[in-house]
Amino acid sequence: MATQQAATAAQVAGRPMIELRNVNKWYGDFHVLKDINLEVRKGEKVVVCGPSGSGKSTMIRCINRLEEHQKGQIFVDGIELTGDVKHVEAIRREVGMVFQQFNLFPHLTVLQNLTLAPIWVRKMPKKEAEELAMQLLERVKIPEQANKYPGQLSGGQQQRVAIARSLCMKPEVMLFDEPTSALDPEMIKEVLDVMVGLALEGMTMICVTHEMGFARTVADSMIFMDRGQVVEVAPPKEFFANPKSDRTKLFLSQILSH
Amino acid sequence: MTDITHDASAGLFEARRGVVARSWDWARTNLFNSVLNSLLTLMIVYLIVRLAVPLINWAIVDSTFVAQNDAACKAAGGACWAFIGNWGRFLLFGRFPDPERWRPALVIVIFAAMMLMSSRVRLSGKTLFIMWGGGVAGSVALMFGGFLGMPYVETELWNGVPLNLLLTVGGCGFAFPVAIFAALGRRSRMPAIRWLSVAYIELFRGVPLITVLFMATVMVPLFLPTGVTIAKLWRAEVAFTLFFGSYLAEAIRGGLQVIPRGQYEAADALGIGYWRKTRLVILPQALAISIPSLVNTSISAFKDTVLITIVGIFDLLGDVNSAMNAPEWRSAYWEGYTFVAAIFFAVCFFMSRYSQSLERSLSRARPGPRRK
Repeated sequence: MATQQAATAAQVAGRPMIELRNVNKWYGDFHVLKDINLEVRKGEKVVVCGPSGSGKSTMIRCINRLEEHQKGQIFVDGIELTGDVKHVEAIRREVGMVFQQFNLFPHLTVLQNLTLAPIWVRKMPKKEAEELAMQLLERVKIPEQANKYPGQLSGGQQQRVAIARSLCMKPEVMLFDEPTSALDPEMIKEVLDVMVGLALEGMTMICVTHEMGFARTVADSMIFMDRGQVVEVAPPKEFFANPKSDRTKLFLSQILSH
Repeated sequence: MTDITHDASAGLFEARRGVVARSWDWARTNLFNSVLNSLLTLMIVYLIVRLAVPLINWAIVDSTFVAQNDAACKAAGGACWAFIGNWGRFLLFGRFPDPERWRPALVIVIFAAMMLMSSRVRLSGKTLFIMWGGGVAGSVALMFGGFLGMPYVETELWNGVPLNLLLTVGGCGFAFPVAIFAALGRRSRMPAIRWLSVAYIELFRGVPLITVLFMATVMVPLFLPTGVTIAKLWRAEVAFTLFFGSYLAEAIRGGLQVIPRGQYEAADALGIGYWRKTRLVILPQALAISIPSLVNTSISAFKDTVLITIVGIFDLLGDVNSAMNAPEWRSAYWEGYTFVAAIFFAVCFFMSRYSQSLERSLSRARPGPRRK
């Protein structure tokens, strides 16, 4: 209990890494994000959940500008995201992202997938990049696959490679966009184990996921989104035991009923 | 264990039964397995014999290999290969000055060697690039001469097969980078670049090659300042480059089109900028996918080079046509065109086989992403 309090205190003291102020986004007439406000401090772990089409993926994709927001402000580590390509690329170097569909580069080996960005973007010498890549492959527990192509790996292994690829850029923040939704059930655990390990090491994380067990274990706060709005923000204990809004209650009853 | 001994003895038995018995078995199961199939087989065998016998008679049995004119061939009744024998060097090299004809001959050898090297030896992309670049530059230098005691030969006299080879490889070689930029430009978010690319591609795809060649060789000189002349061959080469470029661009665009959006997003998310993303992530995948259509375009490019005759430059086909103007060989067109066809077929067949092996090795080394 004491350690938990200490941890909470540390988080409060941490500088804000990500800040969204009244962010709005439209796809044509469709209002996807409505006045989103969010602050994530260094070391904090946030789990975003909500029904499909609620805008949760769109929100985290706005944070590294895979999607553009039309109104409001987004700050990443103090830099504001605007159309300025230099800012966008600087922010993307600090923010790692893991996709639902892995999106590994199929024409490169696992090792080449990992070293591509460090060599070309960070200008790291090839040998150093390969050493770093091997360390990270050890960490996600698949060093023996280094010289295979992504197509030769299982889904769970591909997703772990994708996580290692992001970590190769030594990001300050990691974004996870439904990282286990495309996986067969028996492979979900191996990916979640890696993510829990990452959380315990103090990585700042925003995860869009429906894995509520994972949320309970690592999340500092839960965010529930529906129809483009943040409906509820609460620590996981409170969120699961005592949800305030009716929409949250309904959603939780639907996904926790099995 | 029993299976293995069984198989082994069966294999020995098979071997002892001999080739004839096994072919008979094969024919019975594949060619004569029903009444209809048997009838069809017999009909096709009859047709093949009816066609092959006269062909062999014409090409080999009644043919004439040594003669001074086509009258002698007519008496024998068969093919007049003597025409190729007497005029072969003119067909291959055209009006290239006689004592120097070893130079275009060497160019043909260089190209054949480079083609064999590319297909038989596994070379890196860089080595291939240097080899072909050097080979083409060396060939052009060799054709020009003017150094090491080789007399200078102007481009007007560069005829025959070397011309077809240089126009194809040079045209496609220069067209390839043009095509890559046009294909990327057509997918650009910047309207000016997109419209320029669309205009270039659609203009050159929408106009016949002959028109482009005429424009380049007849019209362009009218717009050049007086005193400035560019050899007709180079103007034609630019025309070929722009023409092939538009077709290659569409082939490459086809490859770009099927790269999933996730590939772009993954590269973006890693902070990889546009040019690096294109060069390291997108193009390697897109070009591998486009290989069949790229080779397809190159094969038709090679065949299209004969159209250069239209603007008065003599390639292989032009040489054959002018050789047949010689009064003593008036009736040798079957032989002349067969000769041209054989050369074109050999090169095109080689190109298509090469592309097949390239596709196979690419799909072996780089299996696509496993999709759920």
